[in-house]
Amino acid sequence: MNFPLLKKNKKLHYLDSAATTHKPKEVVDRIKKFYTHENANVHRGIYDLSEHATQMYEEARKSIANFVHAKSEREIIFTSGTTDSINLVGYSWIWKNVFEGDTLLTSQMEHHSNFIPWQQAAKRKEHVSFEVVKLTDNYQLDLDDLEAKLKAHQPKLFAITHISNTLGTVNPIKEIVAIKERVSPHTKILIDGAQAVSHILVDVQDLGVDFYAFSGHKMYGPTGIGVLWAREEILTDTMSPYRYGGGMIRSVNISDSTWADLPEKFEGGTPNIAGAIGLNSAVEFIEKIGFSQIQSHEHTLIDYFFKKLDSYEHISLHGLKASKERIGVFSLTIPGVHPHDIAQILSNNNVAVRAGHHCTQILMRDVLNVVATIRVSFGIYTKKNDIDAFFKGIEDVFRLFPPS
Amino acid sequence: MYLDYFHRHSSMDQIYRQQILDHYQNPQNFGALENATHSATLENLSCGDKITIHTCIENDQISDISFEGEGCAICIASASLLTEEVLSKSTDTVANMTYDSIQDYLGITLSPSRIKCAHLALLTLQEALK
Ligand SMILES: Cc1ncc(COP(=O)(O)O)c(C=O)c1O
Repeated sequence: MNFPLLKKNKKLHYLDSAATTHKPKEVVDRIKKFYTHENANVHRGIYDLSEHATQMYEEARKSIANFVHAKSEREIIFTSGTTDSINLVGYSWIWKNVFEGDTLLTSQMEHHSNFIPWQQAAKRKEHVSFEVVKLTDNYQLDLDDLEAKLKAHQPKLFAITHISNTLGTVNPIKEIVAIKERVSPHTKILIDGAQAVSHILVDVQDLGVDFYAFSGHKMYGPTGIGVLWAREEILTDTMSPYRYGGGMIRSVNISDSTWADLPEKFEGGTPNIAGAIGLNSAVEFIEKIGFSQIQSHEHTLIDYFFKKLDSYEHISLHGLKASKERIGVFSLTIPGVHPHDIAQILSNNNVAVRAGHHCTQILMRDVLNVVATIRVSFGIYTKKNDIDAFFKGIEDVFRLFPPS
Repeated sequence: MYLDYFHRHSSMDQIYRQQILDHYQNPQNFGALENATHSATLENLSCGDKITIHTCIENDQISDISFEGEGCAICIASASLLTEEVLSKSTDTVANMTYDSIQDYLGITLSPSRIKCAHLALLTLQEALK
């Protein structure tokens, strides 16, 4: 495993992979190769260079379809990231499928990008209501509340994250789908997979969901590229494009236009070609390591982290203890010390963590009752000595801010 | 490179030197102000720091000042120091103050995201005077 940035910064202990992961050499080299030797626009030219770029771009789509076990590559829409993918559904699908009297349902643990699109869609449409499923005291989705809200509102959509970027909780998606099938079978389910795709195997067909959104940059790929997967029949029959431009039309007349087939219909404008190709390398990188290896590495680190954390009575964890239902993402606070100060002191120890609300203000305010936390998160390259450095930095925090 | 950038800032023990920790743990002029003529509240959206400044202006001079709020050590210490610094200054002087003056009396160089914490109290005071 070669991550050039980490190799160059040997002293850096990067514990912010939930924000974005570093990029392996394969990905960096692949993007460089594209711009150096292969650059051309796609679906345009009949000259070799363009044909080749188109082929690489479409191969990326195929490999990503395999990666999430989609039925066909026509179900893979390239976007600029999770936010863009969710907003695509938030406009295009909402437009033709949500009407007066309908309800949109999400949860208290959502990232703003899987919360605001539904909140605002409900406001844009007349008399559409917006409901939020609660969490249990153990920071997990309250399945009883979910069942009650599904039953009561028969929502058009339930939008839920696969893994919480603040708590690290893995949601039981198959169980959620089973509940939905039982009490509100017409509800569509959208999964925010931003934190999941680099940590656990995702099989969209096995999960039984309708939409799945994720970002390249959180799975060792480049920024500015992401994916929306949706069932083909949903994309063809119930969604119209909402971004118009080149590459997405069949024919244009003064009075109206008709649309290209999937997936181009949703990819108006020149796409992020290098991004898609770089993402393909990231997928190959992950597949080469394999999820069983990724998970055993991660759970070894989680156990190690908790073993150390246990000896600090003044650190509060906001999330599940060690468990198969969590990943290596931990929100922590120290009473009397602001998360900014903790992050600053850690930074001076070359330990990079995130401090803030992590784009989950509802969760912070209504569930955790804190304004901010520090967040420690692991990636494929995280080592025990990164965790050691973190706790060494924490010693400095307690030296400067002694617990009272 | 990342580390070059990093080392332009003050070291941890400079940033958290005793004076700053003291102002954080025992902030000066903290609380409400009965005779306040001007007040304002500002928040640092990215991190939740929140400062309210109350001040009493007499003859275009700051005759009394206090602050309330929550925040990190840098934010609170900088607010506390500010209230000491501006007492009896003219409103014009305060309106023209920039981050440079804060940096002077804090005596540390901060990274861009921490500058927001240190700057908040002055911006709040200037807002109150508008
Ligand atoms: C759970 C979750 N959803 C959505 C997003 C948004 O991803 P992006 O900023 O790549 O669109 C993030 C990233 O912070 C996330 O962690």
